[in-house]
Amino acid sequence: MEKAKNDIHKTGYGTYVLIWLILVGLTIATVTASGFNLGDFTLIIALLIAAIKSGFVINIFMHIKFEDKIFKVFLGLAFMTLLAVFVLTSFDVFFR
Amino acid sequence: MSDYLSGNNPGSVQSEHEEHVHRDDMSSKIGMWLFLLTEVLLFGGLFLLYMAYRVKYTGNFHDAALELNMKIGTFNTLILITSSLTMALSIAAMQRARKGLSIFLLVSTQALGIFFLINKFFEWSAKFHHGLYPGSETLLNRPKGEYIFFGMYYAMTGLHALHVIAGLTLLTFMLVFIIRNKVNPDNYIRLENSGLYWHLVDLIWIFLFPLFYLMR
Amino acid sequence: MENADTASYVDFYHAEGKHKGILSWLLTTDHKRIGLMYMCSMMTFMLIGMTLGVLMKIEMLTPGKTIVSAQTYNAMFTLHGLIMIFLFIIPGLPAIFGNFMLPLQIGARDVAFPRLNLLSWYFYMTGGIFAILSLFLRGGPIDTGWTFYIPYSIRTGTDVILPLLAAFILGFSSIITGINFVTTIHRMRAPGMGFFKMPLFVWSLYATAWIQIIATPIIGITIILVIIERLFQMGIFDPALGGDPLLFQHLFWIYSHPAVYIMILPAMGAVSEIIPTFAKRTIFGYKAIAYSSLAIAFIGYFVWAHHMFTSGISETSRFIFSLLTFLVAIPSGVKVFNWVATLYKGSITPGVPLLFVMLFVFLFSIGGLTGLVLGSLATNAHLHDTYFVVAHFHYVMFGGTVMIFFGALHYWFPKMFGKMYNEKIAKWTIPVIFVGFNMLYFTMFILGYEGMPRRYWDYLPKYQTLHVISTVGSWILVTGIIIMLVNLINGLRKGPKAPMNPWGGKTLEWTVPSPPPVYNFEEIPVITHGPYYYGGEEEK
Repeated sequence: MEKAKNDIHKTGYGTYVLIWLILVGLTIATVTASGFNLGDFTLIIALLIAAIKSGFVINIFMHIKFEDKIFKVFLGLAFMTLLAVFVLTSFDVFFR
Repeated sequence: MSDYLSGNNPGSVQSEHEEHVHRDDMSSKIGMWLFLLTEVLLFGGLFLLYMAYRVKYTGNFHDAALELNMKIGTFNTLILITSSLTMALSIAAMQRARKGLSIFLLVSTQALGIFFLINKFFEWSAKFHHGLYPGSETLLNRPKGEYIFFGMYYAMTGLHALHVIAGLTLLTFMLVFIIRNKVNPDNYIRLENSGLYWHLVDLIWIFLFPLFYLMR
Repeated sequence: MENADTASYVDFYHAEGKHKGILSWLLTTDHKRIGLMYMCSMMTFMLIGMTLGVLMKIEMLTPGKTIVSAQTYNAMFTLHGLIMIFLFIIPGLPAIFGNFMLPLQIGARDVAFPRLNLLSWYFYMTGGIFAILSLFLRGGPIDTGWTFYIPYSIRTGTDVILPLLAAFILGFSSIITGINFVTTIHRMRAPGMGFFKMPLFVWSLYATAWIQIIATPIIGITIILVIIERLFQMGIFDPALGGDPLLFQHLFWIYSHPAVYIMILPAMGAVSEIIPTFAKRTIFGYKAIAYSSLAIAFIGYFVWAHHMFTSGISETSRFIFSLLTFLVAIPSGVKVFNWVATLYKGSITPGVPLLFVMLFVFLFSIGGLTGLVLGSLATNAHLHDTYFVVAHFHYVMFGGTVMIFFGALHYWFPKMFGKMYNEKIAKWTIPVIFVGFNMLYFTMFILGYEGMPRRYWDYLPKYQTLHVISTVGSWILVTGIIIMLVNLINGLRKGPKAPMNPWGGKTLEWTVPSPPPVYNFEEIPVITHGPYYYGGEEEK
């Protein structure tokens, strides 16, 4: 942490462009996949691709990969809470 | 983390007596991330509702979703992703002390954001034109699940659009700061934090897109 | 030690700043001044809420109309709830004592974002003013109850939007404070103060701040949705359009149940400060108490649907939420046992704050145990929406949080104002409050058990005796509170000067003069011991 000042991780232009290409590719993939009738899997695949995309955005564009561990803990905490709320609510929604 | 537990924080050293507001970039970043978490949970509430109603009205949701324009949706997704790229590049340019390039990329980000909103405007207008808005005759005569679908659609994309507008405002401030050298290669935490906000707006759209436009 | 504060220094009341007069308060970024501004505004709101409460009890003296009409009564219990919950108990301890004491206790000169801190006060005031304004505008005072349940809140003719907006803005204020505190605790601790050398009040503020960050946005979105539902018929909650009112209840309680822990956790933290100081002993089970704060915050997030047992949620979820509810009792029990163990073999001085803690332990235990009665499915079906519930949450909120609010007020009063109050009078108010409180609320347990529904303006004659006892109790209670407040105000005006450390506390706020100078510490202290170190070996 003391060294933080001189040690800022500078991501290169190239990396960002690469990530952008991946994101564009994934967008095309998810649109294409939605064209096939896969039943219940359609939603799962769409959400899976969205999750992968958000992983790239969070880690590279938002720099989480290069940040202090504490940020990952914060983020994990929020997502776990959200997940738990979804699970607990679905006990009502799915079983009513 | 270990540094946090040992209590050895540079932030606690505030030497100047007179300087009431001290600068600590790490604090700003922590504060910003905590704020972003509140935004995630704000939308989380809406996604929760979406899940519940999708379970309750699966068929209706499917039917109603067919009326959304997938092309505009896809196009807008690409616009937002690209704006995220220019935003990230703008910060990278600032880090490398290329002020002109940074400004250019920032303005591009804003242009793309505005483009997104214009598309959104036309998309919504078309829906209104077809009588697909809350409280309309057309919609009241449809099955209840379709009514709810459009309610959720307007609530979620509307709130998202408000966030795009807030992000654009924030970026305008940053533009002024950069021009006045208040944001400079030695002190660009505010630009970084605004960038984080912009990426979050993109992030939320990444989930909104398949949930509304890709149900075929 | 007594001499240290006679040395020349300028306290924060008299320090020269950029602005003078009232502006030196309204534009301040000093956490101490902001804390005191919160105190003034909150006390005002508390007195309004208290007055409404007393009037409601007077209305309950006789069946039928006593002093107000049924519609006015509906507005009164709504406002009593809104004011007491959103404007007093939720922000109470963190905003007043948290703001004032957090930087002092961790050896910092201010919070991480002093200007945001001021902004948060302005949000708070805007919210408060909106809530009061809504009484006089458009449809008249809101009558939905503080829970804003759908569908009534989208059907009623009274003005719902403005109070909702008020709650939304107050939520914003709460979030900002939460973000500020978490950042401050992570970044501004004095050198040597690891997380496990922080005072327990700071730990409780940390846990509270996290709930504020994670839970408050949910009520934010819920409020927005109700507002647009009223304005545009979105259908999202309205059952007539296909919406599900139970989902509103889910979202509402996902915030409002953790909010209960926003209210109680800082109080528990203050208890953990007061007990070691007056027992002259280090706290027993420091880590257990610290972790139990986090555990309460964590588990407290996952029990919300126990407010909805009778509203038609699925059998499965009722079962799960009832089970989870019982789990909260574990960390709460851990705290109580550790407090009692701290007192054991301590050299106890029965100071006023400690007496309030005793009052707290007694009343909170009753509140907590009746919570278990409500948490079990079978009894809940019978007691739901009766006076039993009203009694339960007043024992927890009033007997718990507010008693410690008073205790903390007496504990930190010398530090905040540099004056002492009359301890003898303060001690005498405690039995008065005790008697009044139990007369007022214990009768409600019985009323509820016998079937008296909450929020009813009228009742059967057979309930009258208990209602009369309860109303008389409210008068005694209010008398006690007023004597207490007058005593404090007298102390403020003409009390003797307070020494630096009147109680012999060990945390850092007692190492600076009373009242503290603007930047708190001449030199940032270096921490070597735990927060309650009275000599001897330390718990590792």
